[in-house]
Amino acid sequence: MKMSWENIVQNKLRSFLTILGIVIGVTAIIALITVVQAVIDNVNEQFDSVGANTIVISVQGTPLKQGLTDKELMDINQIDGVSGIAPSINTEIDISRNGTIYEDIIVDGKNETFFRRNSDLLSMGRGLNVLDVENKNRVCVISADFMHKAFMGENPVGQNLTIMGSVYKIVGVVDGADESVMSLMSGNTTDIYIPYKNLMSLTGQNRVYSLEVYMSEEAENTKQISDTIEQYLDNLFNHKDNSYMLIVMDSLLDMMRSMQSMLTTALTAIASIALLVGGIGIMNMMLVSVTERTVEIGLRKALGAEPRLIQVQFLTEAIMLSTLGGIFGVIVGLTISFACGAVMDIAIPISWGAIALGVGFSAAVGIIFGFTPAKKASELNPIDALRSV
Amino acid sequence: MPEKLLEMTDIVKCYTIGDEEQVVLNHIDFSVSRGEFVSILGPSGSGKSTMMNIIGCLDVPTSGKYILNGKEIADLDQIELAHIRNKEIGFIFQSFQLLKRNTILENVELPLIYAKLSRKERRERAAAMLERMGLGNKMDFYPNQLSGGQQQRVAISRAVVTQPSILLADEPTGALDQKTGAQVMELFHELNEEGRTIIMITHDKHIAEHAGRIVKILDGVMSEGVMEDA
Repeated sequence: MKMSWENIVQNKLRSFLTILGIVIGVTAIIALITVVQAVIDNVNEQFDSVGANTIVISVQGTPLKQGLTDKELMDINQIDGVSGIAPSINTEIDISRNGTIYEDIIVDGKNETFFRRNSDLLSMGRGLNVLDVENKNRVCVISADFMHKAFMGENPVGQNLTIMGSVYKIVGVVDGADESVMSLMSGNTTDIYIPYKNLMSLTGQNRVYSLEVYMSEEAENTKQISDTIEQYLDNLFNHKDNSYMLIVMDSLLDMMRSMQSMLTTALTAIASIALLVGGIGIMNMMLVSVTERTVEIGLRKALGAEPRLIQVQFLTEAIMLSTLGGIFGVIVGLTISFACGAVMDIAIPISWGAIALGVGFSAAVGIIFGFTPAKKASELNPIDALRSV
Repeated sequence: MPEKLLEMTDIVKCYTIGDEEQVVLNHIDFSVSRGEFVSILGPSGSGKSTMMNIIGCLDVPTSGKYILNGKEIADLDQIELAHIRNKEIGFIFQSFQLLKRNTILENVELPLIYAKLSRKERRERAAAMLERMGLGNKMDFYPNQLSGGQQQRVAISRAVVTQPSILLADEPTGALDQKTGAQVMELFHELNEEGRTIIMITHDKHIAEHAGRIVKILDGVMSEGVMEDA
């Protein structure tokens, strides 16, 4: 043990260069696995909160037919297995409060179904209800972000905001970013929710261009439901291509998951190549070391070292080198992961599995690539060894 | 009649180089009694190095019988040979063969590690040995901080520390000047007087004459007796 360690320390630069390959390999494994895992977890979490059982429809329309009317929305709502629909319309406008103007505020038009589905997001007050939507009540729900920006510790519920000249009363606050699929895809986060019919009036529209369709929990065959909706829309838009887009969240989730496993496999394969190269580096250094120390090995044998002991000494050296590389790799990899996490603003889970994999892999590399040189050393003939002075 | 410590009967050693078989040791009979100081004298290429390898159990003969301290050597495997070398043979090399990166104390400890002694015991024994050799105040020095004569004394300490049956010296003065060489020879005499068996291999007639008995080797054939002038 001690002898192996001394040899590593005495050849600091060479040892360092040798283990660099391992360090890079393990760094790659740790950083990639950890970051990919974190990103995917993050996305999954968002998708999960949107909920499975959701179909997102976005309508481009045709020159002959634009958007969906109230009646058509009702038709979709009536389809077997559909438990509710939430039209979605949003715009970016300036709003004001007590003379202060807030620019480029994202206002989303939603209905009561949306708030029923996402009731867990509500942190204060209430969501929009059916009466608000039908009667075009001038009420709104604001995001926690906007609350922090505009109210600074004050309780916003019950206070007023001016949106395009009309005064809206705040009835509730939702916490965290809007987790709806729409905002997920556009990357925007909604600041203010108002009844969608109000927003349609405000923007002068009478059609809906995007909506979420919720399937009932019992609905087993989501494929059939989405097929029925597609059929309905095909008829509506006269089978024109690209007149609408329909995304089934379940299949999107499946896709994400298969993508994740594919990505992880591919990244691991790439990192394995780095480890392989690192292993060859270690083998090379060990072979050089055996050659350099031929005399020493011969002497040790002459003094009565068993061949096995020589082999153990060299193997220990190789394993120490590669494991050292592995440990450095884990440290660098985690550092990179946390840096990425800080930049991308996502939580980085420490994956013990990845760490074990990294260290284990590097130790294995040491054993595999250290074995041949160690064997060679142990089989050296002491006479030849001593004669090569 | 002193007991035979080492007894070789009809030893042959051949090397095959390509298709040619070369006989390096040709039917050698050789024996050494306990407490003897023997020189094996021969020019390079005479087979004396091979002789040393076989005596030192670094190599095994092609045929013949070799009994060392009551044990038949010819058919031992590598592991058993390693144990014999550790226990029975103390090697002294021309170029000292000290480990440069270890202190001289660690160098002397080395064979005791392979003898599986405890750390404490080997430290004590190695220190006592160096003390005896007059190197007690240099134990933490590295070999290249010592003179050639001192280095050879370290090497001799390492050879003697295991209390082997035989001290086997290969040109022990070859790398030393005349004065230090003479000092080493004096040390050999002292060790021999203490009862240690010494076999010294050399090509130098004057050095060989320090021994109580000289054996000549030439072209793989051994002959006892006094060296006639070459």
